[in-house]
Amino acid sequence: MKARVTVTLKTGVLDPQGKAIEGALRSLGVDGVASVRQGKIFEIELDAVDRNKADQALNAACEKLLANTVVENYRIEIL
Amino acid sequence: MKAAIVLFPGSNREGDAARAIRRATGQDPTIVWHADRELPAGTDLVVLPGGFSYGDYLRCGAIAARAGIMDAVRKHAANGGLVLGICNGFQILVESGLLPGVLMRNANLRFICRMQHLRVEKNDTAFTRNYGPHQIIKVAIAHGEGNYVADATTIERLEGDGRVAFRYCDSNGNVDARANPNGSTNSIAGIYSDRFNVLGLMPHPENLIDPLVGGIDGSPMFESLAAISRAA
Repeated sequence: MKARVTVTLKTGVLDPQGKAIEGALRSLGVDGVASVRQGKIFEIELDAVDRNKADQALNAACEKLLANTVVENYRIEIL
Repeated sequence: MKAAIVLFPGSNREGDAARAIRRATGQDPTIVWHADRELPAGTDLVVLPGGFSYGDYLRCGAIAARAGIMDAVRKHAANGGLVLGICNGFQILVESGLLPGVLMRNANLRFICRMQHLRVEKNDTAFTRNYGPHQIIKVAIAHGEGNYVADATTIERLEGDGRVAFRYCDSNGNVDARANPNGSTNSIAGIYSDRFNVLGLMPHPENLIDPLVGGIDGSPMFESLAAISRAA
């Protein structure tokens, strides 16, 4: 089973990297970019065949390591 | 005084911390491997040194904070034992939950390596007794992720309980945006745990212990620690 975990900064947390990318896009003449926030994607392969078990494992992975929930949100997708 | 320095893959200031401790206490600290499960018996002080543990992969300090030895460090702290996290060590402390908040990328996106003035906010802790009240000290900073951030409630609690250990300032002690190198909330350079036995800070006092290398403003921290342990 394959899964994708997306970790993003919570709203209101300053993202200087996103800001720098936003500025670079503007200087490249890419029009219509209102704002950029940078995050991370993890592509994970699981041994589990059971969806509930996979969900449990992925939640544990996010809470224990993949996201710092002080400043980050995570989203789990089972593919 | 029994000190233990935890060595993670990618730590690189353990030698500096060991030298500072040896100079202040006359004793060699024990180097403890990250995969160990126990601290040496009778450890008074645990130091998490600076560096780039696990190559700063995922988030600075994130993987080191989950290392085997950290349960022992947590237990040591819960029993009132002293823990000092410097630079990457501070990042490990916030990732491990021993201190609140998080250290984000510097606001200007640059790795900053230079001398910096700090104001000692509290000089009645095990770490700072040998400093004067609100003493201005000059120490080195060297980090890319030192921008201290926490939610408003946490900041209020830290400020209200006097848990801010050091603030970035200029040579006259002024704390303002111009003297804040990395964008930290309230110019915070270091904080204490609620019982003041865990200190995390981004600057490097362990590098300022010898006039030969630019100053000795870091020495009082290690002398304070040496004196406390002798008294205990």
